[in-house]
Amino acid sequence: MATQMGTGYLETASVPVPAMLGTVAARDLTGSLMPNLSRALTVIASLLLVGLFFVPMWRVQLVAPQYPEGLGMRIGVSYVAGATPTDLANINGLNHYVGMKHITPDAIPELHYMPWVVGGLILFGLLAALVGNRKLLIGWVGSFLVVGVAGLVDFWRWEYDYGHNIDYAHAIIKIPGMNYQPPLMGVKQLLNFTAVSWPDIGAWLAFAAFGLGVIALAFALRVRAAKSSNILGF
Amino acid sequence: MRIATIGRFSLGIFVAGALGLGASACAPTGKSSSAAGLLAGDAATRTYVPPGSYDEYYAFLSGGFSGQVTVYGLPSGRLFKQIPVFSQFPQTGYGYDEDSKAMLNTTFGFVPWDDAHHTEMSLTNGVPDGRWLFINGNNTPRIARIDLKRFETEEILQIPNAAGGHASPFATPDTKYVVSATRFSVPIPQKDVPIDSYKQNFKGTITFVKADVPGKMDVAFQIMMPGYDYDLGHAGKGPSDGWFFFTTYNSEEANTKLEVNASQADKDYIAAINYKRAEECIAAGKGKKFGGSYVHNYVDPATRIAKSETKTGVTMLYPADCDGLVYYLPTPKSPHGVDIDPTGEYIVAGGKLATVIPVHSYTKMIKAIADKQFEKTIDGIPVIKYDAVIAGEVKNPGLGPLHTEFDGKGNAYTSMFISSEVVKWKLGTWEVLDRIPVYYSVGHIMIPGGDSKKPWGKYLVALDKIAKDRYLPTGPEGSRSAQLIDISGDKMKMLLDFPTMGEPHYAQAVPASLLQPGSLKFQKLADNKNPNVTTSEAGGGITRTGKRVDVKMIAIRSHFAPDNLEGVELGDTVYFHVTNIEQDWNIAHGFAVFGSNNSGITLPPGETRTVRWVPQATGIYPFYCTDFCSALHQEMQGYVRVSSPALHVPLSANVSKVSQTQLGRLPAKHGEKQ
Repeated sequence: MATQMGTGYLETASVPVPAMLGTVAARDLTGSLMPNLSRALTVIASLLLVGLFFVPMWRVQLVAPQYPEGLGMRIGVSYVAGATPTDLANINGLNHYVGMKHITPDAIPELHYMPWVVGGLILFGLLAALVGNRKLLIGWVGSFLVVGVAGLVDFWRWEYDYGHNIDYAHAIIKIPGMNYQPPLMGVKQLLNFTAVSWPDIGAWLAFAAFGLGVIALAFALRVRAAKSSNILGF
Repeated sequence: MRIATIGRFSLGIFVAGALGLGASACAPTGKSSSAAGLLAGDAATRTYVPPGSYDEYYAFLSGGFSGQVTVYGLPSGRLFKQIPVFSQFPQTGYGYDEDSKAMLNTTFGFVPWDDAHHTEMSLTNGVPDGRWLFINGNNTPRIARIDLKRFETEEILQIPNAAGGHASPFATPDTKYVVSATRFSVPIPQKDVPIDSYKQNFKGTITFVKADVPGKMDVAFQIMMPGYDYDLGHAGKGPSDGWFFFTTYNSEEANTKLEVNASQADKDYIAAINYKRAEECIAAGKGKKFGGSYVHNYVDPATRIAKSETKTGVTMLYPADCDGLVYYLPTPKSPHGVDIDPTGEYIVAGGKLATVIPVHSYTKMIKAIADKQFEKTIDGIPVIKYDAVIAGEVKNPGLGPLHTEFDGKGNAYTSMFISSEVVKWKLGTWEVLDRIPVYYSVGHIMIPGGDSKKPWGKYLVALDKIAKDRYLPTGPEGSRSAQLIDISGDKMKMLLDFPTMGEPHYAQAVPASLLQPGSLKFQKLADNKNPNVTTSEAGGGITRTGKRVDVKMIAIRSHFAPDNLEGVELGDTVYFHVTNIEQDWNIAHGFAVFGSNNSGITLPPGETRTVRWVPQATGIYPFYCTDFCSALHQEMQGYVRVSSPALHVPLSANVSKVSQTQLGRLPAKHGEKQ
């Protein structure tokens, strides 16, 4: 698979095909091109990200004595949804007791532009692999890192806002000093609910994609390092 | 009912006998040896379902004269639910609220009670399929269909031209028909005649009801029969598919002191009805147009509001006009049960005053018909010679054989009302294998699927007419009782007693796996097409049409909206249309208003109920949630002001502070108009 892809890209560039993965591409006279293994890994990593449009990235589960079956939320690139069609409404219904805001997906702007950001990352990754330019790869891995960290920070910021922005004037149950911020990852007791938050399949795909990107980059830099003392490869 | 009546009227003989037997059977257990202790420990393990665990079977017990159905778990004997069917049920408002009231309509008007008798699960290929449960009302003949996704009564069909619907609602192997046969013969059509003109004027009918389309039950045809009492019935299966068998008694056609006068003949009959032949005769135009009005009630699937329609006229078949339609099989002594074994070959009769259990052979019956082995003809019905149809007799089974079920392993189990025991015997050899005393006076027995092609032959439930000293006493009127018996081994073992609601007349049970996955968790609000539904906090209100005031409100944890109502005037009739907008399993609310002459109502999640209220005086009337719904249930309340018309108080309905809070926290597009 990877060989074929690599072959295809090289043909596009009208360049002879190297027989083995991991060898430096024939045209790489200046050392600015990526090894085929890196290109293949970058393609796989980019394609893994396509999965984010189909599976949730994060899951929050709320379990209480009265909710043995739990109430769940699934967070994807473009949505916040209940684990069942009614869970989100039921969570909102319960949240009103403590004065929390309603979770209304339409009111979260990130959900509107995140799909474009992820789509951009995918295209960027494919472009980097196609062109085979090492700088592009560095740029891609770098922007991936920025998007990932920013996404997690932003998610945490929303959780913080929901958990701390309490309407004490109208809350039915007021507990001074209590906040209802669910954990980013892990388990936390929120009154009678145990909130459990973990990455879902989408996040694992993204982690895997990022991991492949880093390997691709490391390999590209290692091959370059072997050919040149300029470790940055520029 | 009939059995209980016998028991009460014949205390001197039967009950005393049963008590004597009961006392002697109790004695050894009372002196509990270590062996008995071990057995008890074993039984405890077998029936123990740990907290939070599920039972293996759902059992549906008829409530007898309570008119309802109860749902139990087996083997624990835990009561899950009482399903209102033929009787008003203030616990939920069934039969009181505007939505369900119509379910109890008949040609006699609103009939708020009936005597429920036999439960019957819908069948596919002769095997219980868990779609619906049917049950009959005996007093004002009716058949109800309970939906087993909601465990709610969804349809009731009145049976015309009948008085007492006892042999009912047994089903054909694919539930094409359920049946009803007259317990009491009367003039048909009804007529004012001397009672002692019984033999000239009284008739019985057997009704086939089309039952395979929910909401569309209807009388397919009726058969005019001699004026006997028709007691029980069962459809043939396998080779005997296409036939239906009914027991009769009072072939003496007595109209007084039946206890004696209907017990004279050596033999009564089983009526064997070829209903495929009935279809042919009707197709050939041999059915007669016949009068008779009846009411059909059904829950509209969209609005969930019960509707009634009155129908007139049926197709009546007379046996003399349709040869091959009905045969009588002579059967000893006032038979009760007529039970077809899983293979469809044996027709077992429970001759309740007989000293044997007679078993007819379907194969022999078909041959006897072909050979015209008839002893006489009654009203066009050939009576087959007893010897030509009998397969065998179980000798000395006990006293008062009533009803037989099967374990699917070649064994039959028959209840003995008078000797108060269950007797196990072998099909084909007719030998008695085992017997176990039951407490007391067992009527029907039930093995899960034990009347079908595929019994789950692990447990047997004895449905006892009296409990006497089995439980702590609760005054003169105690509970009736069901008893769980292990039939998995050679010897029957008593496992458990549990009290029942009303009289556990008959029962059906199926593995939990057949019903548990499909059990509905809540009505989707989006699918609630009740014309008075309110789907949002601010959607409610109050309107007036002449002297009628309609209030639409929602219920959600923990408030009603609106909850302050003014402008109601003395002399108005108020309809509260309350919608529980919760979309979560088991989160119900209730509604009741101070001083109402009506029942309170319960509101399952996602459903709308309407309750009528006619205020009797001016003043302030609180209403509140009656089903403990949440931590703030006690706060879930509101007020209606009832004013003198002279004051001209304008109509108003607020939205509560709590709901305003909620609305205030919603983003604009969800906020709706406040």
